[in-house]
Order: sequence, then structure tokens, then C-alpha cells
Amino acid sequence: MIKIKAKDVDVFYGKKQALFNISLDIEENQVTALIGPSGCGKSTFLRCLNRMNDVIDICSVKGEILINDFNINDKSCDVVRLREKIGMVFQKPNPFPKTLYENVSYGPTIHGMAQSKQEMDEIVETSLKKAALWEEVKDRLHEPGTGLSGGQQQRLCIARAISVRPEVILMDEPCSALDPIATAQIEELIDELKKEHTIIIVTHSMAQAARVSQNTGFFHLGQLIEHGSTDKIFKNPDNTKTQDYITGRFG
Amino acid sequence: MNLILFIFIVLLGFTSYYFGRKKAYTIQSTKKRLTALPQFYGYYLAIWCAIPAFIIFSLWAIFEPTIVKLLILSDYSNQGYLDDELNLIYEKTKALSRGQFTGEITPFIDASAEKYLSLRSIAQSSKVVIVLSAIIASVAYAYKRISSNSRTREPVEKFLNAVLFTASLAAILTTVGIVFSLIFQTIDFFKVIPLFDFVFGTHWYPAKAFVRDSSEALDPTMYSDTFGAVPIFAGTFFIAFIAMCVAIPIGLMSGIYLAEYASAKVRQYAKPLIEILAGIPTVVYGFFAALTVGPFLKELGTSMGLEVSAESALAAGGVMGIMIIPFISSLSDDVITSVPQSLRDGSYAMGATKSETIKRVIFPAALPGIVGSILLGVSRAIGETMIVVMASGLAANLTLNPLESTSTITAQIVVILIGDQAFGDPKTQAAFALGMSLFLVTLCLNIVALRVVKKYREKYE
Repeated sequence: MIKIKAKDVDVFYGKKQALFNISLDIEENQVTALIGPSGCGKSTFLRCLNRMNDVIDICSVKGEILINDFNINDKSCDVVRLREKIGMVFQKPNPFPKTLYENVSYGPTIHGMAQSKQEMDEIVETSLKKAALWEEVKDRLHEPGTGLSGGQQQRLCIARAISVRPEVILMDEPCSALDPIATAQIEELIDELKKEHTIIIVTHSMAQAARVSQNTGFFHLGQLIEHGSTDKIFKNPDNTKTQDYITGRFG
Repeated sequence: MNLILFIFIVLLGFTSYYFGRKKAYTIQSTKKRLTALPQFYGYYLAIWCAIPAFIIFSLWAIFEPTIVKLLILSDYSNQGYLDDELNLIYEKTKALSRGQFTGEITPFIDASAEKYLSLRSIAQSSKVVIVLSAIIASVAYAYKRISSNSRTREPVEKFLNAVLFTASLAAILTTVGIVFSLIFQTIDFFKVIPLFDFVFGTHWYPAKAFVRDSSEALDPTMYSDTFGAVPIFAGTFFIAFIAMCVAIPIGLMSGIYLAEYASAKVRQYAKPLIEILAGIPTVVYGFFAALTVGPFLKELGTSMGLEVSAESALAAGGVMGIMIIPFISSLSDDVITSVPQSLRDGSYAMGATKSETIKRVIFPAALPGIVGSILLGVSRAIGETMIVVMASGLAANLTLNPLESTSTITAQIVVILIGDQAFGDPKTQAAFALGMSLFLVTLCLNIVALRVVKKYREKYE
């Protein structure tokens, strides 16, 4: 089933066009990887999906992005509700300067999802369990989140993102600041999370894309060159540019 | 004369730099590898020029006056003069030699002055000779010594290190000196006025101390109930409190607006405009408070049936608050702007609105800096003088009514030290005691500020 449908998306930073005519369908409960060389617009596209580009003054987005058949670029779209449904994990772990507990309860608090302390405790516990962090931190929930290791911080950010039970999770190079062991943990986690969430991950590592994703889109110079199942893109791409990038001839 | 000598020595320094570098180039041209860049050879020689000059100059400055004095006064020894009289003779001699002596000129003094002048000129010319020959000798020695494998970089670095160390030492020693002079005068003050009376007394009336005739013996009992500092401490904190009530909300909110809401264009103009407030001299704020705000409040109060003094704590505190706004707004703007964008992104991505993000993420993250800026504002408020002197009156009333006039530590120091002062008088020493307490208060504030900032840093970084 198709969860997100992007139609003819153009993105401009001031006068400079960053994305050209992107049309891409994202399958529900699958992992879609966006690959491509640096500066080719992968992250820009990702940020279109939860309207994070609104934060950048000079950025303007044209085209339609349908999530559950609703155009999020429409004026009637409530950004707060949209971002509740679409979580995001960033390149560098960015826990808030608050305790672990407050980090995870942040989303549920601002969206009024818990009526009582017990409910909130439960949300925090399930989120941390889903993010495979609970066992490591359950005894120090009230210590600052910034005291964790890099990999733990990133899992904390994932726990924070899933605490509001989003339908989609956007991940912008979530492992680029982590060591191989932490990366493996996160990849395992992504595999687990796709049962309940639709995941879109931007990555520089083709090996990672091959390991975690079912679908892959290849971006180059602001254009979506090719997209399809990961198997096909990696084994038998239609486009020679994709072929060249996959085999490491450029990028 | 000294100036010419100094310029000449500086020129010598440049010359030695030039020769040092030149020698290095010569060595280089013989295909030998240098241990340092040629410039270091130049600096090395220049240092060899500066150090002897500095040493001789300082020795001269220390010993010349003493030696000249000894030589002059040796003529008067064995004549039964007392030390004080000898000093007077020496002072007369010096004055005469400068042509500033107005009294009766005795032949003795005239002869001494002649001798004084000739001694000075001998000293001066021998200084020139000694300094120049020392410099030339040391530079020549160093010049001969430098070769391809001599160490020049390390001494130059060490010299720089020493110069920088001396500079910071000068600042520290000045501080220590000021503190000590405060301490000693304060101790003298408390010998006359009991500490208890000063700290807990509720009457501050230093004018009473004016009446004492200096020939009268010091009688501590006449000062009872004169130097009770409670009213002025209360006044100080009260006015600072009023000022902060104005400055903290306005400053913080404008800081948040500038950092988070204002567009780049608004910020570009608004920030410098707010900072102009910080550039207005406090004396201007002072007469603004005394001539505009004070009377306005008085009229306003009268129309509402309140009795407002023309010089009220409210006027002074309010204007002082306006003066402090730019400190708080500009500093909190800076710390809020320096909160990483990734935290904002993280919060927005969770669906938080701008105000939620500011309240729950940015403000806590920026808190140490904001607390620091507020405490800085508080110490400004406590140390501010001009506004209080002009707008809040000089009578130290013990009151918590913002509509009455009250006075502060700084204003009282001004009152005490304006006009003629007698050293060693409790009235003058009271200023030192007040200065000391002011210093202690701001010191404590700074320590608290550092503690708070450090605590939050540890927690969140």
C-alpha cells in the first residue's frame, strides 16, 4: 500500500533550485532508502515530508505531497498535527538538555497524550523498550540525556520520535556519527520498527541501504534518477548513472 | 632628554633586529641549515638590546634620587639637624633648582641647589653612557654568539611568555593593591565605629561627623548612631530590585524576540538601536530621571491622591532598569542564538510550536547564560551611582515605599567624598568601609553567578 505520494516536487533555496520534479511513492510499513552523493537533495526531500523546510526562511516548496491522500502542502494542513504523525531522527543525535525521561515525554506532553503520570510512565517505558534502550537506562531515567554515549543518544532520539506513535519516521543519516557497533544496533532497530511505522532513511552508506531497505531511490544533482526495489536498484539498475554510483565509480 | 634616549634605544632595537636577521641570511647563504626562521635571530638580538636597557633604567629610577639626596645632605651632616629639618632642606633645594622656590634663599640652600643641578646632570649623562655602552656590548656579544646552530627560537618564545605574564601580573597586583588599601582603611574605621553599629545601626547621618573640629580629640561616643549602614544597604538593594523588575522582563522578552522571532532585517536594525541605550552616559539617565521621570511620577501620584516625593526610589530604579535593559537583552539574545539549531529542529520535528520550543527547550538550554546576564545586570544596578545621586535623594531613609526618597551605598560614598576631606577622619574612612562592603557584595554575586552557571553547564553539556 502506498503511504506517501510525492508529485512533481520542486524546492528552491532563494533563487537556486535544489530539487527538480521529484515524483516518488513510498510503501507503507517498508523501509525506503534515499541514496546519492552529498548535496544532491536527499535531505531536502526528506525535510519536505514533514514540512521542516518551513523553518528555513528562504526555502520554498512547490508540488504535491500526499500522505494518506491528503496534500500536506495545502494551506489547511496543520503542521503540528502533521509532525505528530511524521517523526524525524537527525544526522547528529540531538537530545534536549533535559533528563532522559523528559526527552521521551516531550512529544506526548506537547500533544497532550497522557492523562496521568502512570500513563506517561508507560509511554516512556514502551518507547524506550521499542528503541532498545530501556534495559540500559531504566535506572537513570532522571539523569541528563546528554550524558549518554553517541549510539545511546541516537536511540534516545528514536525513542523520542516514536513516543507519539507516528505513522512515518524520517531518518536523516542516523548512523553517520556513530561507530559500527552502534550502527548495527540502530539498523537492527530499524528492521524492528518497520512493523509499525513507515520508514524513510537517507544514507551515504550503500551497504546500509542494501541491508535495511526494501525500496531505494537514487538522487543526483537534485533529480530522482531512479527508484524501485532495493534488489533491483543494486543488482540490475536501469540507469547507467545509478550503475556507476552503486559500483563506486563516482560519488 | 629621557624621551630622546628612549627613542634612540628603540631605534637601536630595530637596528639589532635588522642585523640579526641579516646575519641569519648570511649563514643561510652558506647553505647551512638554520635552527629557526631568520626573523627569530632578529628578535633575539632585539631582546638582547631591550633587556639591559630595561634593567639599567629601572635601577636608575630606583637609586638615583636616593643617592643624590644622600650626597646633598652629606653637606649638612654633623650640624645637628633633625631628620625632618633635613627633609625640608632637601625639598627646598629641589624647589629652588626648578625655580619654584618662593621663600628666603639662604646661601646654603643656593649652594645645595647648584650642587643638586650638577649632580643631576652628571647622573643623566652617565646614564646615557652606561645604557648605550651596555646595549652595544650585549648586542655585540649576542651577535658574535649567534651561529647556524644557536638556539634563538626558545629564548624569544620565553621572552614573550615573560612579557605576557608581566602584563597579567600588573592587572592582578593592581586589584590586590586596591583591595588591601580598602581593607586597611576599613579596619581603621572600625577601630572608631564598632562593626556592630555599622552593620546593624539604622541611622545613617554622616553630616553629623562634619561638625567635629579637627583639633578636638576623637571621641567615639559622638559617632554613635551616625554610621548605621542598614538604611543605605536596604536602599541599595531596594533600588536594584526595582531596576531589575523593569530590566529582567523587558530585557529577556526583547532578547527572545530578537533571537527567535525577528526577521533578519528587523534584527539588523533593532539590535544596534537597543545597544545604543547602553552607550548613553549614566549622567544623562540621571538628569532624565531627576528632571523628567521624577516630576512626572510626582504629578501622576498627586492626581491619584498619592504622596510622591520628587526624588523617589521608583524614578531612580525605573530609569536604572531602562539603562540595564540592553545588557540583558543583548546578552540573552547572544546565548539564545548560540543554542544549536539541531535542538530547535528536534523540537519542531516533534510538532512543537515556536513558543513551546522556546519555553521547553531553548530557554533551559540557554539558562546558564541568561542567569549570568541577569547577575551582571544586578551588579551594574548595585554599583550604579550617577542616577541615584541625581534622582533618588541623598537622605538615607529606611523605607520600603518606592514613592519615598532613599539612598544607596554608591550615592553615600559620593556625598562623603565631595568637597574637602580629612584623611584619617571616620567620615572619610566610612567611604572606604562602604566601598569594601560594596566590593564584598559584588564579589559574592559574581561567585554565585559562576557557581550557578557551572552547575547548569555540568548538567547539560
